[in-house]
Amino acid sequence: MTTVSPINKQSNELTAHKEEHADHRLFGLITFLIADGMTFAGFFAAYLTFKAVNPLLPDAVYELELPLPTLNTILLLVSSATFHKAGKALEKSNSKKCQYWLLITASLGIAFLISQMFEYFTLPFGLTDNLYASTFYALTGFHGLHVTLGAIMICIVWWQSRSPGGRVTASNRFPLEAAELYWHFVDGIWVVLFIILYLL
Amino acid sequence: MSISLPPSTKNNIEKLQPTGWLRYFSFSLDHKVIGIQYLVCGFIFYLIGGLLAGAIRIELTSPISDFMPREVYNQVLTLHGTIMIFLWIVPVVNGAFGNYLIPFYVGARDMAFPRLNAVAFWLIPPAGLLLISSYFINGAAQSGWTAYPPLSITTPAAGQIIWIISVLLLGGSSIFGGINFIATILKLRRPGLKLMQLPMYCWAMLGTSILVVLSTPVLAGTLILLSFDIVAHTGFFNPSLGGNVIVYQHLFWFYSHPAVYIMVLPAFGLVSEILPVHSRKPLFGYTTMVYSIMAIVALGLVVWAHHMFTSGTPPWMRLFFTIATAFIAVPTGIKFFNWVATLWGGRISLNSAILFSCGFIVNFVLGGITGVALAQVPFDVHVHDTYFVVAHFHYIVYGGSVFVIFSSIYHWYPKFTGKMLNEKIGKLHFAITFIGFNLCFAPQHWLGLNGMPRRVAEYDPQFAFVNQLSSIGALLMALSTLPFLWNVLYSIFKGEESGDNPWKALTPEWLTTSPPPVENWIGEAPLVTEPYGYGEKQARKASSKPNSDQ
Repeated sequence: MTTVSPINKQSNELTAHKEEHADHRLFGLITFLIADGMTFAGFFAAYLTFKAVNPLLPDAVYELELPLPTLNTILLLVSSATFHKAGKALEKSNSKKCQYWLLITASLGIAFLISQMFEYFTLPFGLTDNLYASTFYALTGFHGLHVTLGAIMICIVWWQSRSPGGRVTASNRFPLEAAELYWHFVDGIWVVLFIILYLL
Repeated sequence: MSISLPPSTKNNIEKLQPTGWLRYFSFSLDHKVIGIQYLVCGFIFYLIGGLLAGAIRIELTSPISDFMPREVYNQVLTLHGTIMIFLWIVPVVNGAFGNYLIPFYVGARDMAFPRLNAVAFWLIPPAGLLLISSYFINGAAQSGWTAYPPLSITTPAAGQIIWIISVLLLGGSSIFGGINFIATILKLRRPGLKLMQLPMYCWAMLGTSILVVLSTPVLAGTLILLSFDIVAHTGFFNPSLGGNVIVYQHLFWFYSHPAVYIMVLPAFGLVSEILPVHSRKPLFGYTTMVYSIMAIVALGLVVWAHHMFTSGTPPWMRLFFTIATAFIAVPTGIKFFNWVATLWGGRISLNSAILFSCGFIVNFVLGGITGVALAQVPFDVHVHDTYFVVAHFHYIVYGGSVFVIFSSIYHWYPKFTGKMLNEKIGKLHFAITFIGFNLCFAPQHWLGLNGMPRRVAEYDPQFAFVNQLSSIGALLMALSTLPFLWNVLYSIFKGEESGDNPWKALTPEWLTTSPPPVENWIGEAPLVTEPYGYGEKQARKASSKPNSDQ
């Protein structure tokens, strides 16, 4: 590594200049989420164009069942609320309560994934059946990947917010805030996806 | 400005001054080291891409396909385009100069996220090696840098998939860099420094980074869908499976038109730094320059379909995109006139840096005019996919961006190394490059207007003579690299000492030692509110406030 690490590290961690600079990591994360949102925007645009320009043959059109995805929507929206609760608990240095809410959030996320998987197995079409099927799996799959990553992040934050020895504390809330922001973003994307894919 | 130090800190800083070339091969977090890493790595890929270009020009000296098989020709032109765009121009005009200069310009000690910065750089060499290695595995991608389906689906899959992975890595690197630049420029400014006091390159990088963050992810998503088509045989872009190739083109150009601005906006910024210094005049029309950069960013996102006028686009779409594209000429023209007005009446020192900048202005206005012509549907339909487009594109990215890269190297070399480059060799380099470039690409306008299609190894024998002219130009361009390389390598060791500020420039990066200390500034960063206060303005300011010094 470099010979300059001691002095460099300080300015990189932004601890040496904390009085001058606020922490910019959240700003960077928001910029990243805008970029990530553009990926989804591209997928949505592709899906809507396919739908408008390349209508399927009548026998290939399949009406999606709504109950399961509606349940999924509720799961994710509730998990956003429980994550918020966890954040509030951490602000008050109540790490027990924080861990409790984080665990619920993670469970809701995993429940979403299981339910999604269940939907995949019960659908009458596969990835390569037709254009609609491919787009359906690409969109929900890419979103599911985001949920998976989010669930892993929540588990890490949960482990790190344990009361003695955890790194996520009331004075170091960034990991939790970042994961929370990401999780809200993934939920928001799901709502758009739900409307476009299932309701339209 | 003199820099004095209390003795205790001086000792400390000297001890921390990085020495040795090994740090350029490390996961260094220093933005200056990362900038040089980008520059040197990019230049190596430029040489590789240049060899490929040479192979293309050798093939095209004769009308028949004799130098290499057609498949190899397709691979060579695909690799040439991809390497030059994603591994040379984008990383160098953004990554190299951006990383080196932006922290100085905002008065910071490093970028906002140094680790992310290092990650962004270290994605590039593996991605580049991966791309080149695909040639030796089963043949590289053959579908051009655009990878249009169904061509990209039907050509051999291995090369195409490696191409996609490589471009995804480079896109990731570009997005990380963009996030870093936005955060650094908006959040890391020295207290007291206002946005409208920043050097123009900061504005160019802010605009470019906005484009990177908004458009690169769309390309990434599109390429993921394309890889599904190739590997899993889905039918997103495969008409025989009910897919739609036009959707690919829309999504691709939603990134790849802004990509042209990602390559050329930072070059605009760099030229705006170089011209005032060497003509000893303030940058003309700072405010209009800022607004025109932002106008180019906004318009640049809504003109992509002018690449698709022959793809069966409906008339309303053609009309909209023609008008939007023509509008871009307005802010670009403003910038052009601002540069000319900056030079006008200045005390110009005709050195290599300003020669390359002026070469840029000339080439860019030629490329810009053909660009406006290409935006007109009737003309575009006639010359689409001909050498006219090749000529236009190279006037923008070589005559534009690459000339600026050379200009910037001549301008900032003393900053990087503390040594001057040899001016005589520099001028020779400029002369050969300028003549070679124009000899290579100007005749291609004629070829295109007369109907020679691009991306084909064989052509009508009537075009042979003009193609040979073009190849001689390419040979000159190749030769021009030699004096440059010799100059750069020789001057590191034996170059004349430059001192801290050889150009007597006022922009902040020159207000420290050359090469700069690890922490960029010795003590506090200077507050530079007038980075272009040269000449008259400086004099007027001094005379209007006669008592301020007392």
